Amino acid sequence: MSRHWITVDGNEATASVAHRSNEVIAIYPITPSSNMGEFADEWSAKGQKNVWGVVPEVTEMQSEAGAIGAVHGALQAGALSTTFTASQGLLLMIPSLYKIAGELTSFCMHVAARTVATHALSIFGDHSDVMAVRQTGAALLAAGSVQEAHDFALIGQAATLRSRVPLIHFFDGFRTSHEVAKIAELSDDDIRFLLTDDLVAAHRKRALTPDSPVVRGTAQNPDAFFQAREACNGFYTACPGIVQETMNAFAQRTGRQYRLFDYYGAPDAEHVIVIMGSGGETAVETVDWMNAHGARVGVLRVRLYRPFSASDFVAALPATVRGISVLDRTKEPGAIGEPLYQDVVTTLAEARAEGRSPFAADPVVVGGRYGLSSKEFTPAMIKGVYDDLRQASPRRHFTIGIMDDVTHLSLDYDTQLDIEPDEVKRAVFFGLGADGTVGANKNSIKIIGEETDNFAQGYFVYDSKKSGAITISHLRFGPRPIHSAYLVKRANFVGCHQFMFLEKYDVLEYAAPGAVFLLNSPFGPDRVWDELPREVQQHIVEKQLKFYVIDAYDVARATGMGGRINTIMQTCFFAISGVLPREEAIGHIKHAIEKTYGKRGAEVVQKNFAAVDETIAHLYEVPVPGQVTSTRLMPPIVSDRAPDFVKRVTALMMVNKGDLLPVSAFPIDGTWPTGTARWEKRNIALEIPEWDEKICIQCNKCAMVCPHAAIRVKVYPAEGLVGAPDAFKAMDFKGNEFKGSKYTVQVAPEDCTGCRLCVEVCPAKDKSNPRHKSLDMVPQAPLRDQERVNFAFFLDLPEADRAAVKLDVKGTQFLQPLFEYSGACSGCGETPYIKLMTQLFGDRLLIANATGCSSIYGGNLPTTPYTVNPDGRGPAWANSLFEDNAEFGLGFRLSVDAHHQLARTLVKSMGSALDGGLVEAILDANQRTEADILAQRERVAALKQALARLNTPDAARLALVADYLVKKSVWIVGGDGWAYDIGYGGLDHVMSMGRDVNILVLDTEVYSNTGGQQSKATPMGAAAKFAMAGKAQNKKDLALMAMAYGSVYVANVAFGAKDAHTVKAFLEAEAYPGPSVIIAYSHCIAHGYDMAYGLDQQKIAVETGYWPLFRYDPTADARQEPRLKLDSAAPKGDIGKFMRNETRFRLVEQQNPERFRALLDQAQQNVRRRFALYEELARGTTPAEAVKK
Amino acid sequence: MDLSTRYLGLTLAHPLMTGASPMVDRLDLVRQLEDAGASAITMHSLFEEQIAMEQRATVHHMESHAESFAEALSFFPDPSDYNLGPDEYLEQIRRIKAAVDLPVIGSLNGATGRGWVDYARMMEQAGADAIELNVYYLATDLDETGLTIEERVVAISRSVKDAVGVPVAVKLSPFFSSIANIAKRLDEARMDGLVLFNRFYQPDIDVEALEVAPRLRLSDPSELLLRVRWLAILSGRVKASLACSGGVHSGLDAVKAVMAGASGVQLVSTLLHHGPGQLRKTREEMVRWMEDHEYESVQQMLGSMSLLRCPDPAAFERANYTRILQTWRV
Repeated sequence: MSRHWITVDGNEATASVAHRSNEVIAIYPITPSSNMGEFADEWSAKGQKNVWGVVPEVTEMQSEAGAIGAVHGALQAGALSTTFTASQGLLLMIPSLYKIAGELTSFCMHVAARTVATHALSIFGDHSDVMAVRQTGAALLAAGSVQEAHDFALIGQAATLRSRVPLIHFFDGFRTSHEVAKIAELSDDDIRFLLTDDLVAAHRKRALTPDSPVVRGTAQNPDAFFQAREACNGFYTACPGIVQETMNAFAQRTGRQYRLFDYYGAPDAEHVIVIMGSGGETAVETVDWMNAHGARVGVLRVRLYRPFSASDFVAALPATVRGISVLDRTKEPGAIGEPLYQDVVTTLAEARAEGRSPFAADPVVVGGRYGLSSKEFTPAMIKGVYDDLRQASPRRHFTIGIMDDVTHLSLDYDTQLDIEPDEVKRAVFFGLGADGTVGANKNSIKIIGEETDNFAQGYFVYDSKKSGAITISHLRFGPRPIHSAYLVKRANFVGCHQFMFLEKYDVLEYAAPGAVFLLNSPFGPDRVWDELPREVQQHIVEKQLKFYVIDAYDVARATGMGGRINTIMQTCFFAISGVLPREEAIGHIKHAIEKTYGKRGAEVVQKNFAAVDETIAHLYEVPVPGQVTSTRLMPPIVSDRAPDFVKRVTALMMVNKGDLLPVSAFPIDGTWPTGTARWEKRNIALEIPEWDEKICIQCNKCAMVCPHAAIRVKVYPAEGLVGAPDAFKAMDFKGNEFKGSKYTVQVAPEDCTGCRLCVEVCPAKDKSNPRHKSLDMVPQAPLRDQERVNFAFFLDLPEADRAAVKLDVKGTQFLQPLFEYSGACSGCGETPYIKLMTQLFGDRLLIANATGCSSIYGGNLPTTPYTVNPDGRGPAWANSLFEDNAEFGLGFRLSVDAHHQLARTLVKSMGSALDGGLVEAILDANQRTEADILAQRERVAALKQALARLNTPDAARLALVADYLVKKSVWIVGGDGWAYDIGYGGLDHVMSMGRDVNILVLDTEVYSNTGGQQSKATPMGAAAKFAMAGKAQNKKDLALMAMAYGSVYVANVAFGAKDAHTVKAFLEAEAYPGPSVIIAYSHCIAHGYDMAYGLDQQKIAVETGYWPLFRYDPTADARQEPRLKLDSAAPKGDIGKFMRNETRFRLVEQQNPERFRALLDQAQQNVRRRFALYEELARGTTPAEAVKK
Repeated sequence: MDLSTRYLGLTLAHPLMTGASPMVDRLDLVRQLEDAGASAITMHSLFEEQIAMEQRATVHHMESHAESFAEALSFFPDPSDYNLGPDEYLEQIRRIKAAVDLPVIGSLNGATGRGWVDYARMMEQAGADAIELNVYYLATDLDETGLTIEERVVAISRSVKDAVGVPVAVKLSPFFSSIANIAKRLDEARMDGLVLFNRFYQPDIDVEALEVAPRLRLSDPSELLLRVRWLAILSGRVKASLACSGGVHSGLDAVKAVMAGASGVQLVSTLLHHGPGQLRKTREEMVRWMEDHEYESVQQMLGSMSLLRCPDPAAFERANYTRILQTWRV
């Protein structure tokens, strides 16, 4: 049968079948499964139908628990229903999975298997999530490749309909979910062939319906439950056979035969690896190579892991086997071995005990862990496993792929082994996220995969930072299907799309001898050689690389492409790689451009065409001298002044060499030092602000708005300038509070991301040339060295006296930010709030951070942006989960209060042993101001000194908790996805409890971290994923809900519109002795405009009433004032002025102007209605007066 | 009273029509304009540059952060159908044509040679009865001569005229060195009409913020005089029909425009200020004046005070202040 070939990633391959074979889909986004739900939603939004001619209903829920709840209901009501998830999401589904399985419900869901958070969160792939549901009663079906993910999505759906055992189809997160590969597509007829009408009818007949009523979900007692639970056994016994029959039927239709346990390798193998998932692909490749080199080895790939068919497992192994190495991609601390290992051991033991063992001699079974969190798993490692297995006494329990120098569990292997065949062409590309490299490479794979007979594979490694993010693309092309589920190590083609990478990364490490090296360089073919670091030249000379350059940015500028060099570099690749004839390739590129952009108008198509046409003329081969000439070495990764840990550990991770670190290098419990971001000098800004002190008005707004704390202000004594670098700028301070002091605005040139927010906010214009402001953007490179020295000097200047600083916008910026250089997006609208929080309360701050953007830029390694002041104090930060953050933070409060209470009790009880005046002062301390807190710190220091002299158990106990006598500030931080959706239940409860916690909701009105899915904070009229046509419902009024308690301080703020209001709200929230909620408007790249205008847009948001500013303060009763105070004027002008500035709204207008107008009108009315309601609340009788009445 | 007039080869019930304005975006307003007796509707301009920018911006903002971060390979849904810039404009022409029984004049500001022609054709296909070319261009390049600009205006106008079957008008700005000459050359290029004159956003200076503040100011009757003069100078000397645009706020203003030679009189500011009903009022004022002065038709009045026919042509030709000073001297 002729097959239609498609080039897709694992998520799309899976969703393609799931969407066509279901009726109700309920999801919640979670990496790396989010795309499956997004595909399904997009297809349904576009009217694509399932194989029964109906458009599936796709619903986004508030959490994975919500998604599976909806799915459970849909299944019970008789629909074919599915969901997609991963990791913590799957764990949230566990209770429902038990139910669904207990009710023998036909249900196939799809999991992009991902690491479950333990000592740290990881978005990457392993089997810890699916292993955590193996006991629920759901079947587990493991796919190892994109093709298998596509196929198993169908086999799984058919098998569950036949067996009634619910089935979880899983594949490796990222390695398979995000790998792009050429696969044979299943047609609708293929799907119908397996999903026969009688299977669907049987499912329907089990539906709950009042036309034939039954009850499910009874409560059973000791007399019944046990027997009833055993009643399902027959279905589990039959299930493996049914899955195999389904696989056989599938093979009959498609020619692709799968087995419950697929053995591959020598029929007389003595040594076999047992493995699940993508590692099996690499194992197959390695087995071929080893057997071709004289070995007799095999691999048993486990497809159906639950129900585990012991007899099929034993039957699948050659009788010659003497050693079995079971590889688990998960870790169960404290277990005898990992789950698959234990299953194999038990299976063989039972077979032996029952006399069914076919083996000549009992095989040795060992078990090892590999590939946690997408750790590379290569042929070299697999060979290492076989090599050890062939030893007389193989290691019983081991790890492979890391160096464990602590418990010495890791196996050694030959890291240089390379088995990739010559027939496979390999390419590696280094790009920036913003330059479009990944998109272009995906497109190239599509061209090669779909326009030639070659097979193609692409895998993409992304950065841990959101600004200036580097991407590394790994591409393979070859005449046969590609099984290499690991990164390219030796490439025939290396493309470096950014010259600056050569200074930081060992780009040409990837180049095979004789490879082609393409460099995007501002230096032409005559100059570029002399501009290369010595290490790069060495690679080129020693490996005899063919070297090409193009100034792609120049071509992009000339052809109107701006900073997008994707099309240009793609054209270069095809022009010099020889993968396709040049003209043919260019034709395909243009066709792809037309296909991608045609629907969005001719303008972009024409610009791209022009870029393609101009490329070849600007591509040059560089003559390579016979020897290395450069004396310039790559600069050190971090400064010599960096702490030892940063040098030993962090620095290696910064340059993508973290894989080389041994176990001993790491903290044992996920506890990391703060303040390491300062050592990573990223130099990602092409332009940075330059300060002209002559016209500065010292408003400090630049420092206030900087998302990365990369522009700072200090006021300091004049003598501080002694020894200042020549170029260091200073001026007299203009305020009264620090009379006679000097003032400086200083840029951190290597940390600035070039977002321009500081320049946009700067109000100081040159009166004779207003284009020039006190801050102007200028090229970074010429200033880098000078400002680096200036910044170092600036940092050493003394910090302002916290007690003397006036806590307004200007004053707060003299407080040291204890959150700096995070990995947040350039121009981020969230981080200025966090920075302000650390400035105000950082030295006594505990932060509970919900998973999301703020936990990623707050805690994604290699570096940590939260830092300490000169006293060593700073924010203590932790991320628990996405859903539990309010409760997690409340726990902080409960504990802090308990410590505080214990300390007070001990101080009181030890009164006689301590200085009475000190005891009294400590107990009566009023810690309202910075000065109060400073005084209390001094008292506590005195107390601790006194305690040190007392050798009593109470003194020792008090010494441990004495610091809690100084007020601590507990903040619960998260995004709208947490606060409005998944964490709302907890948030609501915490708000109701009256405890002194401060809740900061960074409201971007969309799931930013997972890529723009709608939340309940998404406004009416905005397009988002799962609301492609524009959200038709109003944004949830979280503030009003919080106000309803009457005991919660609530503020709606927007720092770009009214920074003074924001500062005031933070101070009041912290001072309020109960729960406080600040809902902070945060502009975001997911809104779709240049973030440099984020502040302007915030102003418009407030002016038009889209985002009213207000504070609700329950303590206002005492002042005879209304609790609600509106801090922004009545809505003025058309809300369309706000909406039309942003792509999220414009997308709706571009799709359907009429719908947009209707939503706009409705949104306008909502704004007015909301403001009128608030006005009413603000003017109304104070509750105190009402009570009197 | 015969108020009928021929403008751009179209026979209109009377000269008073709407000029290019945002009112056409709302069908209810368009219906009200018809009810108020507008003789034609002129669309606001379709700006090619804006369409191109919008297309570039959408792609830029959707793509600039895509494929950068493992958790978010994109940030926006990707609809399969986009209603591109001209689509909505053209659809609105269709809607207006379906909603009212009036001639609809499309208005176009192109940016490229191809854009002028393609968009004009699209407007014609969408049902526009005529096309008005908004050729205004702010010449800020010190090296660009007036001649170059004039040649471009003529070339664009000719290319559109060659491309469409419906009548084509050119809306001129008053900032040509020789308005008479450019009018003649456009006439020779077979333009069906000339509209005098375009009005623009004029930048203002915000002295507090030291910023340039674009400002749209509605016209007032004082602006009529510039139009009247040039209508009078051109009337009868070019074959193209003339329209007055800018400064007509009353029936008497309309009378002056017609007497100067305008067979079409476009109203915008007064309608934006007073609402669509102002059109009826203006027409009634005009009719009343004509009746009071015993005019029988618009045709009788058309161009009566033009340079060719007025009693004192020198008054149009001289600079006004000279005349006034001379008067004082008497």
